[in-house]
Order: sequence, then C-alpha cells, then structure tokens
Amino acid sequence: MFRKLAITITTVILISLNAYAGSDGEVLLKKDQPEEIKDCFEKLNRATFALNQGLDKTIIKPIAKGYRNLPTPIQKGTSNAVRNLSNLITIPNNILQGDIKLAIINTGRLVVNTTVGLLGTIDVANKMGFPKYEKEDYGQTLGTWGVGPGCYLVLPVLGPSTIRDTAGSFVNIFGGDPWYNASIQGNNEFLNDSIYITSKALSGIDFRANNIESIENLEKNSIDFYASVRSLYTQDRENKIKNNQRGSIEVLYKDEEDWEEIDSQ
Amino acid sequence: MKFKKILLILILLNLNNTYVFSIEPDIFVQSTVNRASDTLSRNISKEKKINELKKIAKDTVDIRGVGFYSLGSARSTINDQQKKEYFDLFENYFLKSFSSRLSEYTNPKIEVQGKEVINKNYTIVNSILIATSDRPEIKIDWRVYTKNPENPLIRDLIIEGLSLARTQKEEFASILNSNDGNIEVLFKTLEEFSKN
Repeated sequence: MFRKLAITITTVILISLNAYAGSDGEVLLKKDQPEEIKDCFEKLNRATFALNQGLDKTIIKPIAKGYRNLPTPIQKGTSNAVRNLSNLITIPNNILQGDIKLAIINTGRLVVNTTVGLLGTIDVANKMGFPKYEKEDYGQTLGTWGVGPGCYLVLPVLGPSTIRDTAGSFVNIFGGDPWYNASIQGNNEFLNDSIYITSKALSGIDFRANNIESIENLEKNSIDFYASVRSLYTQDRENKIKNNQRGSIEVLYKDEEDWEEIDSQ
Repeated sequence: MKFKKILLILILLNLNNTYVFSIEPDIFVQSTVNRASDTLSRNISKEKKINELKKIAKDTVDIRGVGFYSLGSARSTINDQQKKEYFDLFENYFLKSFSSRLSEYTNPKIEVQGKEVINKNYTIVNSILIATSDRPEIKIDWRVYTKNPENPLIRDLIIEGLSLARTQKEEFASILNSNDGNIEVLFKTLEEFSKN
C-alpha cells in the first residue's frame, strides 16, 4: 500500500514538474509547436550516461553479440514474441489517442499472432497483410494530449527519456500494462516476476543486437556522443508522437526558417 | 542593321537556353548514390574508398551550407576571420565523418522513390536503402538545395525521420553551451576529430 502511494506521489510530482518544465512558465500545450527539451540535469545525466556506457560495454553489448550468434529463427522468434507482447501497451494507447480503428487492428494482430503465431513467435498477421505495426506508449499518449516533454533524463540502465516519458512508464505499473498485471500482480501458476523481467530484458537485448553497428558508427563519428544520442532520442519521440509515417517532412518544416537563412551560393 | 542585331540577340538567347540545363533533384540523388554505391562495391582498399567518397561529397554536398547551419546561432556572432577558420576545420571534419560513416557499408542499394518540392530552394527526395539479410529496409530522405537548379546540392540526410544535420547542430550547440559559448573550444574539438 505504502509502495503504491509513494509511486503515485512520485508520478504526480513528475507530471507536475513536466508541465512546468515543458511550458517554461507559460501554458504552452499547443500540439503543433516544436517541442523543446531542456537538459535541466545535464551533469547528472552525463554521469548516468557514462555509467550506462560502462554497463553496455561490459555486460549488455557482449550479451547482444552473443544473441546475434544464435540461429536466425530463434532471434526472429524472440524478436516477434516481445514485439507481440508490446501490443498489450499499444492497444490501450491507441484507444486513449482516439484511434479506435487501429486499436481493433492491433487487437486482431495480437489474437492472430498469439494463437496461430505460436505465442507471437511467428508474425502471421504481417503475412496476412495487416498494416505495419507501430508501437505506442503512455509517454506518446501524453505527448499527443499536448503535454510537453519536460526535462531530458538519462535513466540508469534504461537510457534516454524525458520527465513526460518516465511518468508515462509509471502508468504501466498502475494497471496500464496487462502483461505486468498478469505476471507480477496476477495470481496464477504460469506467470511470475521473473518471466516479466526476462521478457523486458529480452526486448532490450533484441534492440541492442539490432543496432550494434549503427551505435558503434555513431559513437565513432560523434564529437559529443551524449549530445548526439539526446538529439536522436528527441527527434525519434517527436516523430512517434506526431505519428509521422515517413518521419521527415513535418520535422523538416520545423527547421525551415533556420535553413532559409543559409545561403551559400 | 537593326534586323541583324535582333537576329544576333535571338540567336544568343537561344544558345543560352539550349546550354543551360536544370537537373531534377531526384535524378541528381539517384546518380549520386549510384556513384557512391559503385565506389563502395569496388574491390579497392578502405583508404581508397574513403578518398573516393570524399571526392563525391565535395561534388554533391553543400558543405559550406551544412557548416553554417550546424553552427546555429553562433554563426551571427563570429567574425570573418573565425568564419574562415571554421569552414576549413568544418570541411575536414565533415569529410572525415561522412566518408567514415559510409565506408562501413558494402554495396548498398538505394532506390529513389519520389520527391516533394518544399519551395524554390528546397526539394525533399525520398528513397529507401533496400533491405538485406542483416538489416531491414531503411528510409532515407535527402534535403536538396535547389536555389541554383543547374547545380543542386545535398544539405541534409534524414534517416528514418532523423536528421543528420539537426543532430550535428545540436552536438555543436552542446559543446558551445558547455564552454560558455567559446567558439575556440569547438574549433579545437573539430581539429582533434579530424586528426585522429
């Protein structure tokens, strides 16, 4: 009970801080305004980033490399299964964002893949011609409701985030994630804490394994790797919140004035 | 005499029209990626590939424009001497970074799929890096500067919605912000990157 109360208070504080930091003293909750992320805790963030890099080099990356050596069907099956589980968070967020049609499609995808697709290990829905799957989370939903990102945060182990996105993650443990509810809170003989934690760890390892070269390349060619990651995270979240399919045009327009100033010919 | 003059003017105008070609941005991008792809698939040393890629970048990228953009608000505060120094350092930094990023790929196949004219100065060309067994399909958009239609130049690459120029600009801004806006620190960082 005390734990839940503490989490509620923390979340409320985080969301309040978020509204404050995102608005910068004014009420700025316009959807089309470019989002501005302030790095209010830069020193702490850089220290956490360094810690995460250490963890990555010594533990996560070697595991991801090992994972890459597994037979392709195992990798593919794991990737599909953790992706299928993410539907359980995506569907309520589709509804919260008012996209009922997509919620129905994703429910169909979840049912088909969990049953015919052997617990999600085979993406049957994709083969059947379902539209491309786009993950949604509570941070994105808050974003679509007009909540600004607030200060940028680097979380230990979990990596880049913002106050809004971190607050959104708390919703998962307040009943927003059926998988969490069933495995950690649920009273059944098939699921438990370790299954939930393993599924989350596999999801992280799968992501890391799919991005070994691109992260190495980025690190090698950055003069400030921390700032590069912050920029890429920010851009990615902007695209996801606006549901930009191609991702580019809206973001490009945002910078248009700055580009128009540049005349080199 | 007057008729002769008019005729001469008409011929000159016609000549001018005949020999001035505007290059379509999508064709320009496709030919650029074909050039890069050809270099990357050739059986030559990595060093030679990097030099070839640098040559391609010099011909097709508006390095000066990208440099100006990356400088952000600092571009209005530095003096002419600092600008000159910056562009020399930026060009070396950019060419090294660009060629190093690309040289990791072997035989990439990029297919141009369409274009969207933003205004007379910019067109966005849409393309995809075709999937292989190791990686999925990747969307790449190109911001092409078309102020001079005969000589279009690339100003940005947007990979899966992530702008490389914007990332670079925010990286430079971070260095400046962490050092009280001291441009010399940025110069030193760029120089060190190019040397290593």
